[in-house]
Amino acid sequence: MSELDKSELDDGNPDGGVSLPDPLELPEMKPDAMKDLHSFEAAPKHETDLGFPGEQPDDWQDVVINKIGDLRQRYRSFRVYLDSCVKCGACTDKCHYYLGTGDPKNMPVARQDLLRSVYRRYFTLPGKIAPWLVGARDLTEEVLEEWYSYYHQCSQCRRCSVYCPYGIDTAEISMAAREIMDSVGKGQKYCNEIIGKVHAVGNNLGMPGPAIIATMEDFEEELKEDTGIDIKIPVDKKGADILLVTPSADFFAEPHIDGLFGYAKVFHELGVDWTLSTTASEAGNFGMFIGSYENMRKVSLRIREAALELGVKRIVFGECGHAWRVAYAFLNTLAGPWDFLDPAYPVPQHICEFTHDAIRKGKLKFDKSQNDHLTMTFHDSCNVARATRMGDKPGGQFEIPRAVIKAVCNNYYDMDDNTIGEATVCCGGGGGILTDDLMDIRVKGAQPRMRALRKVTEEHGVTNMAAICAICKSQFSKVLPKYDFDMETIMSVHQLVGNALIMSDAPREEDSEPVSDGASGEETASADPAA
Amino acid sequence: MAYEINGESIEHDEEGYLSDINQWTPELAGLLAKDEGIEMTDEHWEVINFLREYYEEYQIAPAIRVLVKALKKKFGPEKGSNKYLYELFPYGPAKQACKIGGLPKPTGCI
Repeated sequence: MSELDKSELDDGNPDGGVSLPDPLELPEMKPDAMKDLHSFEAAPKHETDLGFPGEQPDDWQDVVINKIGDLRQRYRSFRVYLDSCVKCGACTDKCHYYLGTGDPKNMPVARQDLLRSVYRRYFTLPGKIAPWLVGARDLTEEVLEEWYSYYHQCSQCRRCSVYCPYGIDTAEISMAAREIMDSVGKGQKYCNEIIGKVHAVGNNLGMPGPAIIATMEDFEEELKEDTGIDIKIPVDKKGADILLVTPSADFFAEPHIDGLFGYAKVFHELGVDWTLSTTASEAGNFGMFIGSYENMRKVSLRIREAALELGVKRIVFGECGHAWRVAYAFLNTLAGPWDFLDPAYPVPQHICEFTHDAIRKGKLKFDKSQNDHLTMTFHDSCNVARATRMGDKPGGQFEIPRAVIKAVCNNYYDMDDNTIGEATVCCGGGGGILTDDLMDIRVKGAQPRMRALRKVTEEHGVTNMAAICAICKSQFSKVLPKYDFDMETIMSVHQLVGNALIMSDAPREEDSEPVSDGASGEETASADPAA
Repeated sequence: MAYEINGESIEHDEEGYLSDINQWTPELAGLLAKDEGIEMTDEHWEVINFLREYYEEYQIAPAIRVLVKALKKKFGPEKGSNKYLYELFPYGPAKQACKIGGLPKPTGCI
């Protein structure tokens, strides 16, 4: 793992003032700097559990070429992306992994060309006749190794595609490359082991139902100690109105758990009848990261089955970036139709939309001073920012989370404009990269975000950064210390909400008797759908 | 990839987690801890034993927050904090203590 040179973060200025590097400053080019980074490969069982071959077949080259042909037929976008690049260079300085490593193969165009060169060789006339003239190359074992290395140095964040005049989406090429590699048994351990756990157990952690129930009981106890009231985190409650589908990291990691507490407080205060499900206990869907439609569909169908089984009327997604992309963009095709849900509400709805709506209608009261020790900024998560929307207006995915934060915090500043909103820089750990064996690229890829954060801490006294993605939160809590920040700098948006929310049934000082369940407002749920 | 202990070979994965968790022994824990640069004390064992009991019941390691709370209840407030756990297992109690305790590595967005 690389320890960073401090000068990379904070150039000492001889005048004594602080001169901070631009978050997007170009690096010195270092060819092949990252070529040896090789994420652990999936074991045969991880592959076969997902319907892929466990071993690389002898005729693997034919399988790969057929797979490229298959994807070319199936996805028009894939073919357009491979055919249309004019090498204009607009994307070259847009990838956080290039900015952090200087390795030119981490320029988006070069990453695409790893696959494009093979596509040209076997699927275009000039590539078949005169490969040396058109950057076409044979498919060899070395090419496969290079794919494996560099397609696992892409977090599929799609920042480059914003700047591409043709709209070429490197993420889609990287997903396709991983799907192609899986077709010859060359998958990545991190993603594929996790997808296998979702199929077998129901979530990325592999946390069985009884463990979820026991953990939620523990959390309820903690909420009671904190607030003095019985805030429930219901599990598998039949007939509940809302099924909350949230990343399983919300049951396990910090600061994710505090976000879960925030959702629970909001639901409680609004008197909403909600539940988690032990079988659909994961919002995340790594099927997308490996480009596997079949696995993505299988993971999504768990949500449909749980919603039907529990008889819920609505589905709300917790703070998870790529889950919201799958939910917002693909859920209907993957697991619809959702005609059994209440059509009065969006299917599905994001927890930020849910909370924002309640705030707008004046249904939640806050004591913002509870967050006065914090000066916040917000990290836009890539999949939410560039692949989805919230609310009913363009840009809602940027405005709504900020509106929620500003409703509960007095102190807020945005980071550099070129690193937020549609231009947001990735946390460095998305797209199936959040594994210890890729820590080197994770730390380097976080550099633009860390520099932008450093700038707002110096210029505006920002103390903490909030996010609405489990991967971003985990990635930051690991890499922040490498950049001289405290790991607790990263917070959940609903953690801030939970801090400031005034619970109307909280015991007053002279009234230490806990309020009974019945008074927590559940009976008003049907009359007051809270949104 | 295997640990050699008492003339026996015990398989592990790329990151040092046991391939078969049933092959764990307290003696092996000592060896694993040494690889992690940790000298096992009674305090380390309190955590490892709790993790193993929890795993036995739920087939997964507990969330750190659950672990902290349980340690607090069992051994008192000075042993029930994140800071205390990180002092014992500097690379992170979830991953490091699981490895030493012979449990699988927690996976996911964590």
